[in-house]
Amino acid sequence: MSEASSAQARGLAKWGLNLNVVLVLVFLYAPIVLLTIYSFSGARNPGQWGGFTLDWYRALGDDTRVQDAIWVSVKVALVSTVVSVVLGTMAALALERFTFRGKKVFDALLYLPIIIPDVTMAVMMLLFFTQAFDLLDDWFGLRIAKGFATIVVSHIAFNIAFVSVVVRARIAGMDATLEQAAADLYATRWRAFVHVTLPQIMPGVLGGALLALTLSLDDVVVTQFVAGPGSTTLPVYVFSLIRKGVTPLINAVSVVMLAASLVLVIGSLFAQRANEGRRRREPAA
Amino acid sequence: MVPAVSMRALTKRFDDVVAVDAIDLDIADGEFFALLGPSGCGKTTTLRMIAGLEIPSAGSLKIYGDEVGTLPPNKRPVNTVFQNYALFPHMSIADNVAFGLKMQKTPKADITRRVGEAIELVRLSGMEHRRPNQLSGGQQQRVALARALVNRPKVLLLDEPLAALDLKLRQGMQFELKQLQREVGITFVFVTHDQEEALSMADRIGVMGDGELLQVGSPEEIYDQPVNRFVADFIGRSNFLPGTVEDAATVCLTNGTRVAVQHAGATGEAIALSLRPERVQIADRDATPDGHAHLDGTVSMVTFLGSGVVYQVALDWMTIEVRAENRPSVPRRDVGDAVSLWWRDDAVAVVPA
Ligand SMILES: Nc1ncnc2c1ncn2[C@@H]1O[C@H](COP(=O)(O)OP(=O)(O)O)[C@@H](O)[C@H]1O
Ligand SMILES: [Mg+2]
Repeated sequence: MSEASSAQARGLAKWGLNLNVVLVLVFLYAPIVLLTIYSFSGARNPGQWGGFTLDWYRALGDDTRVQDAIWVSVKVALVSTVVSVVLGTMAALALERFTFRGKKVFDALLYLPIIIPDVTMAVMMLLFFTQAFDLLDDWFGLRIAKGFATIVVSHIAFNIAFVSVVVRARIAGMDATLEQAAADLYATRWRAFVHVTLPQIMPGVLGGALLALTLSLDDVVVTQFVAGPGSTTLPVYVFSLIRKGVTPLINAVSVVMLAASLVLVIGSLFAQRANEGRRRREPAA
Repeated sequence: MVPAVSMRALTKRFDDVVAVDAIDLDIADGEFFALLGPSGCGKTTTLRMIAGLEIPSAGSLKIYGDEVGTLPPNKRPVNTVFQNYALFPHMSIADNVAFGLKMQKTPKADITRRVGEAIELVRLSGMEHRRPNQLSGGQQQRVALARALVNRPKVLLLDEPLAALDLKLRQGMQFELKQLQREVGITFVFVTHDQEEALSMADRIGVMGDGELLQVGSPEEIYDQPVNRFVADFIGRSNFLPGTVEDAATVCLTNGTRVAVQHAGATGEAIALSLRPERVQIADRDATPDGHAHLDGTVSMVTFLGSGVVYQVALDWMTIEVRAENRPSVPRRDVGDAVSLWWRDDAVAVVPA
């Protein structure tokens, strides 16, 4: 009797759990599916189905302002990723391998961009640039305007934090005596880094790079504050389109961005998987 | 002859921990030297200072006459076999072994030849293209050895290289290492906490305790003439019989027995006689030879070890451990037997109480 009822209860629980999974998936992905579907809609109103068409993708191909924005986005992402990977890895190495004065403070400050809200970061960057430009103008008569450079610098600023966290995890898992062995075998600091440390932390560096690339491509808030005329990234441009009135062109642009982000996220997952696999294969000794 | 390694008042402090406390030590050229001591006594730190991986807090450290105190590790003519081997996981065995030569910009042809020789020396031919994680512990250990020896260092430093191996393999490797050292003629500085390993392999042993170098000598000297209770106790087992010095050649034990010894020390000093279990002779009560001190007691416990038998003999004032060989000619004792113990004059060492 009780066995039957407990089996029933278990069946119910299982059914409930399955329903939960379905609901979560619907909740997460229904908007994305809808967005993708409506990007092929022939109607001018983006929420209305007007028959299948590739017009919006064609329009995207013809729209030079969108293409400019994409190009700016890609350049910003590449430059900020390269610089933040170098600086973030260096910061991670400094924190894991050396002791120096103010290390704790540096450590805490490095995490700041991860925890503070985007808007705060954006205002901070804007203030910083305004002050810095004023000073440069006062002292050297240099007149600098916001634009590509300020976007890149801002993206580097938040990407360093993310890169260093990811790389640091990998360095922490690495056997420090490997570097000592390299030094013992006549390697200079630099060659020990190139031949031993870097290959060991490479999965972390790649993961950090992909993360930085994704974050840079996706950022709206910070970029909007520090962008100048003539330098607009894709997400910021899309945001401005919404204010002018929405057409399914936005849907098409979003789908393109989504696809790009997806590729990067999947890439970073694979990098991490390879990373873990290697760690499992290496004996702990 | 310039010593291979020479330390004077060499000291290493970590914050408030004194890991190595003013060590004076000369290690001779071509010597197999063992640094022996319990875990945490500063052996690894001493070795790491020689390697350049730790900078001394004070004192002088010379390698073949050159002061190396703050010289970085890559500029020292020494190589290390690390306790955990520290093989590069992303490189093949051949690349691991070749690493030091590549860093020294040795010509390619030389590298190939010497790497081949080194791999052959440690009998790993055919494994060149494997990764370290595809080898057994013993094989990894030999790769670490080859990776160090291929550079022909003036001094090879080994930090408990056999500790991770199981007993059979360890005994085999002890013999091999000793053999290898004779072949290559390089000075070996070998760190271990295993006294048998040190006794069986080393030409000379330095016993460390709590950051200090307590005694340096040949295995025989260390075993037969320990300078204090710590050394006597750490190297093998020993009975410590308390007493006072009566004159230069006599010690009076606590129970009043007078014992002839070779070097007693200052008259009136409180000392202990260190008496190895296998040096004590066990005889029937009052059947001890004339001219030797003897102690009467009762067998309180018998432990059979195969090659020998250990008796605990209870005296009125202490218990003494005696180890007898398991031979047909040696009579066996049972619990409760009344016995007398005696020893040759040169069987005891006088140590501070
Ligand atoms: N990097 C370090 N920082 C702080 N203390 C250390 C460090 N390395 C060693 N010590 C301390 O120094 C002492 C000697 O350590 P070690 O040389 O490793 O001993 P052994 O090799 O004989 O076991 C220990 O008390 C240890 O805790
Ligand atoms: Mg150690």
